[in-house]
Amino acid sequence: MTMRNPIPWAIAAFVLIVVAMATLYTVPETKQAVVLRLGKPERIVNAYDAKAPFGISGAGLVAKVPFIENVIFVDKRVLDLDMEAQTVLSTDQLRLVVDAFARFRITDPLRMVQTVGTEQNAADALKRILASKLRNELGKQPFAALLSPERGTLMDEIQTTVNRQAKQYGAEILDVRIKRADLPSGTPLESAYLRMRSARQQEAATIRAQGLKQAQLVRADADAKAASTYAGSFGKDPEFYAFYRAMQAYRTTFSDNSSTVILSPNNEFLREFEGRRSNR
Amino acid sequence: MPWQNNNDGGPWGEGPGRSSGEGPRGGSGGGSGDGPRGGSGDGSGDGSGDGPRSPWGEGPARKPQGQRPSGNRDFDDIIRRGQEKLRSSLGGGNGHGGMGNGFEPFAGNAWMWAVGAVLAVWIVFTSFYRVDAQERGVVLRFGRFVETTEPGMHIKMPFPIDTVVLRKVEQINSVDIGATEGSAENLMLTGDQNIINLAYAVRWKIKNPELYLFELAEPEQTVREVGESAMRAEISKATLNDAIGPQRAQIAEQVRERMQELLDSYRAGIEVRGVDIKQADPPAAVDDAFKDVSAAQQDAQQYLNQSRSYAQQLIASAQGAAAAFDAVYAQYKLAPEVTRKRMYLETMESVLSKVDKTVIEPGNVQTYLPLPEIQKRAKVVEPTAAAANSTNAAGQ
Repeated sequence: MTMRNPIPWAIAAFVLIVVAMATLYTVPETKQAVVLRLGKPERIVNAYDAKAPFGISGAGLVAKVPFIENVIFVDKRVLDLDMEAQTVLSTDQLRLVVDAFARFRITDPLRMVQTVGTEQNAADALKRILASKLRNELGKQPFAALLSPERGTLMDEIQTTVNRQAKQYGAEILDVRIKRADLPSGTPLESAYLRMRSARQQEAATIRAQGLKQAQLVRADADAKAASTYAGSFGKDPEFYAFYRAMQAYRTTFSDNSSTVILSPNNEFLREFEGRRSNR
Repeated sequence: MPWQNNNDGGPWGEGPGRSSGEGPRGGSGGGSGDGPRGGSGDGSGDGSGDGPRSPWGEGPARKPQGQRPSGNRDFDDIIRRGQEKLRSSLGGGNGHGGMGNGFEPFAGNAWMWAVGAVLAVWIVFTSFYRVDAQERGVVLRFGRFVETTEPGMHIKMPFPIDTVVLRKVEQINSVDIGATEGSAENLMLTGDQNIINLAYAVRWKIKNPELYLFELAEPEQTVREVGESAMRAEISKATLNDAIGPQRAQIAEQVRERMQELLDSYRAGIEVRGVDIKQADPPAAVDDAFKDVSAAQQDAQQYLNQSRSYAQQLIASAQGAAAAFDAVYAQYKLAPEVTRKRMYLETMESVLSKVDKTVIEPGNVQTYLPLPEIQKRAKVVEPTAAAANSTNAAGQ
């Protein structure tokens, strides 16, 4: 019945498969397909369109004319452009290591295929443009501005100018950003450390001095209070205070028994010593 | 081994058919007449003589070639068994008549059945898929986005047509930036041109699986780079002291917002759940100086405490002394002479009871000072003696 003569069948099936494979191809959502007819660009399938939602942008199973048309796939997604760190010299002659990155997308795959061929080449070309642009623009800024928030507008300017050149490669730069901006290692970093250290040492010394000052004030205040307390009390009778205080002083001074005291009988203490001999 | 029995009938009993000079196929056809199917195929042996119909069985002189025909026979055997099964299932209706065409249609059927079975299994196994609770399934038809499915069992077109990409949308991923322990420091410049060592983690999850799959070439790396960029932008607005201390949480929140803004501008389909600053320290090279500042703060506090305790003591003792004097003075004023005398004598009593005393009569007595005796204690005594003399003076 059907398989009476399998060889022609097999050949036919084989041919059919080959033709089908040469005709049909799938375009994933993440790719754009440039169809070339004998090398001449014919059409673009699933081309990037910011407004088109997924599912209706042309991806899926697509047919082409077999053997004379071929397809080049180009990424449709946002691609990463990571640049190497480079040293930028600010207008005030300070060095800064800047590590930037950009995000880009191939918006005109045909142009990209014609100019550079692959996404990788496009990325390399953009990288070169962006690096030199960054160096130039950042080099026009003082060091403080490189760190400051208004860097944002600077980056926007860089983005617009680079975008103009990126269009030639069929690419669009979505965003340029400085990932890191650091002092170069070695002397600049060391001197920054030194500055930070000395600033902290100064702060520490100030804090200690302030502490000492406060302590001094507290002591002086206490001294004054004590003096006024003494004066208020002792001032009532200075003569008696002198006597009272002397008595206290004798007690404390002669508290040890190593002293020798030579007394005259005329002493007040010995007044009664000799009876009623002298009548003072 | 079956092929060893080639010439002598063998299990199929086809010896006679082969000797008739027909192709092996024909032979087997004849053989089949003798087989379990009974007499139905008697004449079929002749009818099937047209060997060329078979792709392999041409040529009459196959016998000497040994194994190849036996291979055929094995094959035939399998087919025949298939046929038998079929026949039994079909009630033997095929048993008569058309055996001239042999088992060919049956062979085709068997293959179709086998292929059909495989296909059915294939379809069953590739048409259902499960989406776990934390996942979403993105269905692609030949690469074209069809739909996003919620958790549960779903049906799709079988494999080469539809594929499903599962992504864990509820799972929170974490990207660590900067090392907390040892290794390289993640140094950043602050707004006041100081350097800070920062380590933080970004927590994110997939917000929209389609965007996540189709819009970004390298989502994870993008999160990392956007995180670094946003953090540096925020840190460059803050001073070192703010970044180390009080404004950490605020900075983290601003970074999160900024990251979200950037990722949304890429249409990344990523939601940043949070940024956690795990460490914000001065670099190790200047850490000592920073610690010294807090030590200085402690020192200052310590100075202040010491001075306060001195002040308390001083004031308390002044008040005590003043109060004591006041009390004594009040008594003194009542009877000044007596009180004064009493105090003097009491003091002298207590003082002189403890010391060596020498009483010298002035005038008519030659004063002899036992200097060696005195010098023994001279060093200690001298100031005391002077005080004693002054006491004398005061006393008089």
